[in-house]
Amino acid sequence: MTETIPGPAAGPQALALVPKAEAKQSMKDFKSDQEVRWCPGCGDYAVLAAVQGFMPDLGLAKENIVFVSGIGCSSRFPYYMNTYGMHSIHGRAPSIATGLASSRRDLSVWVVTGDGDALSIGGNHLIHALRRNVNLKILLFNNRIYGLTKGQYSPTSEVGKITKSTPMGSLDAPFNPVSLALGAEASFVARTVDSDRKHLTSVLRAAADHPGTALVEIYQNCNIFNDGAFEVLKDKEKAEDAVIRLEHGQPIRFGVPAPDGLGSKGVVRDPATGDLRVIDVQEEGTDGILVHDAHSPSPTAAFALSRLADPDTLHHTPIGVLRDVGRPVYDTLMAEQLDAAVEQQGKGDLGALLAGNDAWTVVG
Amino acid sequence: MTSQVSSTAEQADGAHVGEQRSFGDGGTDKEIRRLDRVIIRFAGDSGDGMQLTGDRFTSETASFGNDLSTLPNFPAEIRAPAGTLPGVSSFQLHFADHDILTPGDAPDVLVAMNPAALKANLADVPHGAEIIVNTDEFTKRPMAKVGYATSPLEDGSLEAYRVHPVPLTTLTVEALKDFGLSRKEAERSKNMFALGLLSWMYHRPTEGTEKFLAEKFAKKPDIAKANVAAFRAGWNFGETTEDFAVSYEVAPASKAFPTGTYRNISGNLALSYGLVAAGRQADLPVYLGSYPITPASDILHELSKHKNFGVRTFQAEDEIAGIGAALGAAFGGSLAVTTTSGPGVALKSETIGLAVSLELPLLIVDIQRGGPSTGLPTKTEQADLLQAMYGRNGEAPVPIVAPKTPADCFDAALDAARIALTYRTPVFLLSDGYLANGSEPWRIPEIDELPDLRVQFATGPNHQLADGTEVFWPYKRDEQTLARPWALPGTPGLEHRIGGIEKQDGTGNISYDPANHDFMVRTRQAKVAGIEVPGLEVDDPAGEDGAGADLLVLGWGSTYGPITAAVRRVRGAGQRIAQAHLRHLNPFPRNLGEVLARYDKVIVPEMNLGQLATLLRAEFLVDARSYTQVSGMPFKAEQLAEVFKEAIND
Repeated sequence: MTETIPGPAAGPQALALVPKAEAKQSMKDFKSDQEVRWCPGCGDYAVLAAVQGFMPDLGLAKENIVFVSGIGCSSRFPYYMNTYGMHSIHGRAPSIATGLASSRRDLSVWVVTGDGDALSIGGNHLIHALRRNVNLKILLFNNRIYGLTKGQYSPTSEVGKITKSTPMGSLDAPFNPVSLALGAEASFVARTVDSDRKHLTSVLRAAADHPGTALVEIYQNCNIFNDGAFEVLKDKEKAEDAVIRLEHGQPIRFGVPAPDGLGSKGVVRDPATGDLRVIDVQEEGTDGILVHDAHSPSPTAAFALSRLADPDTLHHTPIGVLRDVGRPVYDTLMAEQLDAAVEQQGKGDLGALLAGNDAWTVVG
Repeated sequence: MTSQVSSTAEQADGAHVGEQRSFGDGGTDKEIRRLDRVIIRFAGDSGDGMQLTGDRFTSETASFGNDLSTLPNFPAEIRAPAGTLPGVSSFQLHFADHDILTPGDAPDVLVAMNPAALKANLADVPHGAEIIVNTDEFTKRPMAKVGYATSPLEDGSLEAYRVHPVPLTTLTVEALKDFGLSRKEAERSKNMFALGLLSWMYHRPTEGTEKFLAEKFAKKPDIAKANVAAFRAGWNFGETTEDFAVSYEVAPASKAFPTGTYRNISGNLALSYGLVAAGRQADLPVYLGSYPITPASDILHELSKHKNFGVRTFQAEDEIAGIGAALGAAFGGSLAVTTTSGPGVALKSETIGLAVSLELPLLIVDIQRGGPSTGLPTKTEQADLLQAMYGRNGEAPVPIVAPKTPADCFDAALDAARIALTYRTPVFLLSDGYLANGSEPWRIPEIDELPDLRVQFATGPNHQLADGTEVFWPYKRDEQTLARPWALPGTPGLEHRIGGIEKQDGTGNISYDPANHDFMVRTRQAKVAGIEVPGLEVDDPAGEDGAGADLLVLGWGSTYGPITAAVRRVRGAGQRIAQAHLRHLNPFPRNLGEVLARYDKVIVPEMNLGQLATLLRAEFLVDARSYTQVSGMPFKAEQLAEVFKEAIND
């Protein structure tokens, strides 16, 4: 791991072109007049509240904020935000948002999507948005199930899952959205949990500040079709062993506190395989415990961290910002090319363009 | 050259008007004949540079002032196996001293660079025509490859033609022997030798080609010089060799063109310029979201050159993302465009439906090609009409505009933009492979002749609630156009949400109310049905005396050229025929039903299995006869003329 851990890669330039709000805003300003129609007890309520609650912190003119969604329960989200919004079609939100963000750099563009929307029907758009690094913030609500179509397995469901479409168990191996995003060259990847308002807010804030595409996977409970899917991460006792809270610049420790106040478990690199493994600090000491570097140019450690979690039990699930690095932003590059073209060729002259170089004149 | 003298009344695509004159009295002076029109076809291997050769001859011809029309024809494979029939690429050019409408039915001159090119094209060449063959390629193996057991140059099978055997490769290599090129490199210039020879034969100006070669190979001056040398050697060969005893003049078509400044332009280029012009006239940035597909990719290439006009081009990961990005840009206030061909339209269908529901302006450019599925990527067809009309779930009406000639693609693009911006709707612009790659002279418009396409964005509340509160309703419509307001993100106070779920009239909020859905479906339909389009003009000389013609020919899109040429022939033969051509396929011109009712017989030629005819029959209960062809090639004028005569006499 690097010896000096640099500060945040992002900084405020992610939102530099977005006009600021003139007056102080409150959560209320971001609530639309539409009745929220998710099932009672749905995890989406918590995320909506967190987003509406943290928006005033950004201090952006709300008319310059746009939420774009696809199809699915979570994709109703834009209707409930008193900003500009578009509820589009299944899987396509990243492409629509790409067109909007790359043509309007004065907007703060957010995509709300789910595990089916983003990883199944829209998988292609998701990975390409990530590799291009368009200035989008993608909130991926992962409940490991299809809710709106009433309970079929999703691309993040565990193998063997019994659902309406898999009465004998699902045969599909699931995606790990964080691993996928890192593999797709994402410059910002984070994971958080719907019920942890404080953590959720801090991750959203980091995503908002990131120039380029940010992917935030939000573990979200579907209390109707997949209730308790993330219980192990929420239950106070179980969570200590299950959740690895990542903080940039801090040693990766978790579990019941050891005498030094930090977790009794740690993550180290196995020198033989290069892989990561979890150790008991009291047995093996703290030497070699990995220090989390979200700004590392290489995604290797972040990827290895994303693989620690057991896809079935969710034990050793890292949450927090796994990766946050600066990389050229697509919309900025696009705008720079337009400027460069004007510099090199002069501002477009339609008359000259139409006339071309091989015109001839007919005199009547 | 065949020289069929005919009456000047038929001076059209119908026949050649020939006139012989001997030139000069010196012994070496060759005879020059004057022709009114010529059709040349260059044919060779995909790698022989036939498209470039044709393009150059076209440019020379355009700058000389002839009217012209071109038909490039090439395989989908970039380099099909050399010397095979599937690998043959050709370029046909028709030029004249008067106005012409098609690339011509049959070549007067075929340039065959190898046995495959001869074999693949001979059936199209009428007896008596000239054939220039590259004899160097007529050796055993290349001939065997295409099934020639004996050489057609020697076995008498070409007796009906006037064959010029020319060792093009040998002559080119010989001409370039001082350039220090390998034999292979030198051979590659043989197309320029052929171009030089044809340029001599038809008295084409040569400066343009020499300048072009110097620019094209600016980074390789040796290659530039070699190509120029080959080009000149071809010219000189014509001048000196006895085999070419006659050269031909085709006078400029000065009477065919109204006063103005002209250039030669292909359909895809004209369409690209139309989009750039539409952005300027609307004072909106153009945003193209696209995915490469033949034969539409040239528009993506062209627009990507014009970033200094504020044009953004986005090459997406797939067709769906191409239109998705365009729709997102439309929401943000761009003049949004997506370009594709039939298979791409199929993929974009769901997003087109969303655009119908969102009621945002969006241009969908479909350069039709042969289908179904991958079909014939490089060939033309008009079989996407019903896809454009109906190819979506639900009632999702989309206006359709179709250009009729390559140059007309410019105006059609502006017209499509007008409809999209005025009515806040996606619009189909249905071009095809024939228009896309074909070219013709275009009178360059003055900028101040172009339509004003500026739009009014929403700036404040547009509705008052019962309690007096001023609010913004995203689906409150303009009473006249039924267009909804276009409120851009960034406009304070107009924050609103739109989506693909049915919306309540006015507020745009989600609504599952049955009566509201019925109302919204009918309103979207009424909006498109109410789009203002010009009335259909009928060209019916027989109508002037009140009698009216015996037959109305109704076409749409790229069949305009061959239909018009055929109509001229039929009239030349003294028969009464009326012609009308549809630019707007949805909505139809208001007077279309009335026009159709005036004629006892209506015939509809289409490059599909009768899609427009189906629409006409459904809409107007008329017995429109269909005449169709789906060969991937445009109609021939003579073929249509025969069909029309038969229909009249029927």
